[in-house]
Amino acid sequence: MTHHAAPVGGPFLTRTARWLLGLVALGGIIAAWRFANGIGSVSALSDGYPWGIWIALDVVIGTAIGCGGYAVAILVYVLNRGKYHPLVRPAVLTSALGYSIAAVAIFVDVGRPWNLFKVPIQFWHWNLDSALLEVALCVMTYVAVLWIELSPAFFEKWKAEPGGALHGLATALDPLVRKLMVPLLALGLLLPTMHQSSLGTVMLLAGHKLHPLWRTPLLPLLFLVSVIGMGYAVVVFEGALSGALLTRRRETPLLADLSFAMVPVGAIFLVLRYADLAFRGLLADAFRPSWLVALFHLENVLVLAAMLMLLSPDGRRNATRLLRAALLFLLAGGLYRVDTYLVAFDPGSNWHYFPAVPELFITIGLVAAEVLAYLWIVKRFPVLAGRAGAAGN
Amino acid sequence: MEPIDLASLLSDPGTDEPRTDQLERRDFLKICSLAAAAVGLPASAASKMAEAAAGGLRPSVIWLHFQECTGCSESLLRTSHPALAKLILDLVSLDYHETLFAAAGHQAEDALAEAMRKNAGKYVLVIEGSIPVKDGGIYCKIAGKTALEIAKEAAEQAAAIIAIGSCASFGGVQSAPPNPTGATGAPEVLAGKTVVTIPGCPPNPYNFLGTVLQFVTFGTLPDLDAKGRPRFAYGRTIHEHCPRRPHFDAGRFALKFGDEGHRQGYCLYRLGCKGPATYANCSVMHFNEIEGAWPIGIGHPCVGCTESDIAFKVAIHDTVEIDRPTPPDQYPPVGADHGGVSPLATGVAGLIGGAALGAGWMAAKKLGEADEDGTEDS
Amino acid sequence: MSKIDRRTALKGLAAGGLAAGAAATGTGARAAEHERPEPPPDAVGMLYDATLCIGCKTCVVACREANGLPPERDTVHGGIYDAPIDLSAGTKNIIELWRDGDEWSYVKRQCMHCLDPACVTACMLGALQKREHGIVTWESSLCIGCRYCQVACPFEIPKFQWHEANPKIVKCELCNHRLAKGQVPACCEVCPRGAVIFGQYDALLAEAHRRLEENPDRYVPKVYGEKDGGGTQVLMLAGVEFEKLGLPDLGEDPAPELARSVQHGIYRGFVAPVVLYALLGGVIWRNHRAAARDGEDER
Repeated sequence: MTHHAAPVGGPFLTRTARWLLGLVALGGIIAAWRFANGIGSVSALSDGYPWGIWIALDVVIGTAIGCGGYAVAILVYVLNRGKYHPLVRPAVLTSALGYSIAAVAIFVDVGRPWNLFKVPIQFWHWNLDSALLEVALCVMTYVAVLWIELSPAFFEKWKAEPGGALHGLATALDPLVRKLMVPLLALGLLLPTMHQSSLGTVMLLAGHKLHPLWRTPLLPLLFLVSVIGMGYAVVVFEGALSGALLTRRRETPLLADLSFAMVPVGAIFLVLRYADLAFRGLLADAFRPSWLVALFHLENVLVLAAMLMLLSPDGRRNATRLLRAALLFLLAGGLYRVDTYLVAFDPGSNWHYFPAVPELFITIGLVAAEVLAYLWIVKRFPVLAGRAGAAGN
Repeated sequence: MEPIDLASLLSDPGTDEPRTDQLERRDFLKICSLAAAAVGLPASAASKMAEAAAGGLRPSVIWLHFQECTGCSESLLRTSHPALAKLILDLVSLDYHETLFAAAGHQAEDALAEAMRKNAGKYVLVIEGSIPVKDGGIYCKIAGKTALEIAKEAAEQAAAIIAIGSCASFGGVQSAPPNPTGATGAPEVLAGKTVVTIPGCPPNPYNFLGTVLQFVTFGTLPDLDAKGRPRFAYGRTIHEHCPRRPHFDAGRFALKFGDEGHRQGYCLYRLGCKGPATYANCSVMHFNEIEGAWPIGIGHPCVGCTESDIAFKVAIHDTVEIDRPTPPDQYPPVGADHGGVSPLATGVAGLIGGAALGAGWMAAKKLGEADEDGTEDS
Repeated sequence: MSKIDRRTALKGLAAGGLAAGAAATGTGARAAEHERPEPPPDAVGMLYDATLCIGCKTCVVACREANGLPPERDTVHGGIYDAPIDLSAGTKNIIELWRDGDEWSYVKRQCMHCLDPACVTACMLGALQKREHGIVTWESSLCIGCRYCQVACPFEIPKFQWHEANPKIVKCELCNHRLAKGQVPACCEVCPRGAVIFGQYDALLAEAHRRLEENPDRYVPKVYGEKDGGGTQVLMLAGVEFEKLGLPDLGEDPAPELARSVQHGIYRGFVAPVVLYALLGGVIWRNHRAAARDGEDER
């Protein structure tokens, strides 16, 4: 039951694409202003809240959403469920784009980006105590791995154009990549395990500034478990949307089966969260009414809601419930990360943070760029399981 | 408080020359009211003073000098306008004053005895200078009597006792360690009696003047602190009223005489200013009716001459401990508030986030319907 | 689908997951038996005695001059010239006031030069490090401006130049440029009451204890920074509870201990990643071979 992937085709500069381009351009202008006048000139970041939505949303949640490839790879290449194979390429594309946009976000966010090249190169300066260094190195490597993993999709097209400029390159590199696929896949499974969990460890260094309900040595494990669930949710989300809007293909049954994975993952997450509280003696505190406590439980309730919607096979096959469950899980994971990085972070001394309008539009620009790139690639290259002659949006 | 500019009133109009003729009654009244205001007496005091003076009701003042430099008398009389001195002499009957007396010897002493007898119970006793008590007080003798004896005798029948100057208030420079003569202030020597002290080296003459004017006009003494100092003059520290206080609060100090900070008029605390520990009104009531004519005003740190713990005991350029440093009103607090959140941004973000979520939720419904309509199986 | 493969796969995943979890909780327990970090042998520091401080702010002005910092624009009540409200990229040292009715105390805030600094643990390329005399300094060539140090510091010390195209991290560096010339930090030199003094760490700690012994009624019986957050080279004495003065209760564990031990617990010797990689590689290879054998067209 394999499906050949095929380009969706159709024009790129649709009305949607034009709007997205506009948003990207706006984000670009604001980013240029940021580089000329300092981060403070476009954002509400401050000494109390040095990290804001560019980190919490674009990088942390952005890479979490970019773990669709990771989640599907576990199913297909480790657990050997070959029937999900058609979902691999789109998932890897979403991941590659997600991680690449996250890298751009990092470039915009860090204050001295001209020193970024030193991170992977000047290994003699590496501070191995720093969880953030490990995240940076893993992410840099993983971006490369993802695009290499995706490269067969490009090679396939370029090989099919004998007169094309990249024909020679594609013909030469394709067999090489195929030979390296197993070690690459293993790397593509190792790296997210490492850095997605370390994104949790990163916030442990905030110490007493991180609220006790979130400040647990289990942070890396919780981040890892939730990101796996979010990966499946993204695949469902992306698969359903692209199926409905681009390939006109009913993907629901395949996605429904895949979505069940969110149930055990969600269960592990919930058990870990409350067991951790009990182990640290904080169960009583977790039921003292306050906004933060409410958010803590909301994160878990959203996971539970998604799980319940996906429990029954009929529930999963209902496309509405399926997509809504995926949204809920994404919301849950996203909220967990925003809470860990921003809401439950209290630097004291009456600091407040809410992103400024230009800051928001850089994030929006980045998301628009990601969507645009996705559209451009799936229309030109064989990524989605296509239908011959199907006209896209 | 602005220093009172009596100078302009005491000159001939259009010139700086002192008035040569007799003071007109109107001018006299004006001066009385200004003097009264300067020391905090109500406006009505002025007319009462004028009446008293015109009616010839001039209380007797017996002024005794002991261990002193006569600076206090000089500060009172060497005002920049002699007419003011005349004013004082018109208001009171100065029946004994060694410096001003033309007489000397037995004549002078007879005058003293006579004044004390005639005005028994009604005279104001002013003591200038400290009283040595060591060895029976032999270190200061006038006309064969020790200062101790003279002071005690004069105090017996005095209606009010005023110790003018630091020496009379607490011993002054003579009492600087090792204090070989046992120089002591009048309040200690005349223990049990109410002694108004007007410390300062010299004190601002208006502090003395105000006290005397009040007594002369109303027969009462001003509100005194625990050391007998009138609160209207000695109720606050120099530090609390210093024009250089903003420099202190901002941390700007002169570190050496003549350095940049000194030229800029910065706070002199680092040069040893005793202002924070010294109760006096020099900062608001300058000397010689010249604005700015006071130690800190001319760039020298206060030496704390009104304080018995400080004057002539603590080195001039040693910094003093500030006992209860009152923080100025505007001071960075622990846990400063760092501003709020932009409501516009909140609105925009809320709209976008809500729209995205809502769209996603509704898109799911659309997808479900499309699914049920039976599009192609994969 | 080979059952053997799936079992191996699941075992591999479980092993990896459990290893991470166990390492995390295990190192959590290990963090309890903390060792107190040792000050370097030539460690210098400052001793600030809040009971002596008169809030004159000479140290704030002197620090600004000694470090060539411009006048502050974020000021108390917004209107007073050069009256900083908090530490910032323009203010490396500040005196703050705690007041409650008739009680008040001043407190001096600047980098505490921790014995085991959280910012040093955070910094990816080691721009922030304890250098000579244990002073924590910042090196611009190694900084990418990620601001993780700001997230990590329990005292909220590193400040960032938010409005510069070439932004720096700014904080007290104990005037090491003056130390090199044989001078003491500017704040210690100008303090008129000796409320803040500079010296060898051991001597300052001894002096602090001496003061506590001789004047027990004057002070809260604790030298802040002796053990807090693993110990700091700037020590504080005060007459009111330190928390009122904004100095947090950090316990005795070094501030970065938990994060560091979790990170090292998971990655000790890089064993876990290598093992996991080998397991994953093995499983994928086995599946790949099986699929090829079954004639399936991979990819």
